[in-house]
Amino acid sequence: MINFNTIREILSKKVVGIAGAGGLGSNCASSLVRCGIGKLIIADFDVVSVQNLNRQFYFRDQTGQKKVFALRDNLTKINPDCILQVHDVKIGPNNIDLLFSKCDMVVEAFDDASGKQMLVEHMLINHPHIPLVIASGMAGWGDFEKIRKERSGNLYICGDQSTEVSEFYPPIAPRVAIVSNMQADVVVEYFINQYLKNAHTSK
Amino acid sequence: MRILLNNREEHFNANSLTIKEIMDIKSFHFKMLVVRLNDNLVKRELYGETVVTDGDDLKIIHLVSGG
Repeated sequence: MINFNTIREILSKKVVGIAGAGGLGSNCASSLVRCGIGKLIIADFDVVSVQNLNRQFYFRDQTGQKKVFALRDNLTKINPDCILQVHDVKIGPNNIDLLFSKCDMVVEAFDDASGKQMLVEHMLINHPHIPLVIASGMAGWGDFEKIRKERSGNLYICGDQSTEVSEFYPPIAPRVAIVSNMQADVVVEYFINQYLKNAHTSK
Repeated sequence: MRILLNNREEHFNANSLTIKEIMDIKSFHFKMLVVRLNDNLVKRELYGETVVTDGDDLKIIHLVSGG
């Protein structure tokens, strides 16, 4: 049996990379910080806009700021003990290794599918031992019973794998929050299971 | 052959099929995919020559935009 103090202690030793600080990344980061994660490495090049506020963890007075710096401010207000390493860069094959190769786990939090594919392929080929949690399919509203978690080895997929963002099917808060928090839950579950397994084998 | 396709058992009337053939039969036509055969990544350019046989575990994951 483990209590919340033990969970915080387990998580406080972990480093999680978050690729993107939009709807998925900002919400996933806030949940992980609330759980007591030790360190987050967050990268994004974008700026907070008013349109982002329908689902992303930013505030009206932060519009115009770089997302990673605004997010660092918001996360620090929740838990000043979490080490936050933020990078105002566009993530690509040239810097993924530098950003994420030392992480215990990586969360994919891009918006466009080609970016998701680039990150997945790069991580699976170059860092197959680092568990990767991706999100696919959370546009629109309703039907949340179709949102699910799948696993293939070290790759975890959260979402319904079908609802694509479009003009008439925008990403909005509830389903984006559901999927980003599923990603955070996969991270928490993974580290707790790893702890329980190690505790069991060391007996 | 019987394989696991996205965690469900599927039966095909052939001893082996390429990933491309399975995608055509099952109508997987999304642009962005991640394909894993027995938990190994299969790159897009190899879909046509990677052969799936009885007992294999094939995952075809759709990547759709949004976040």
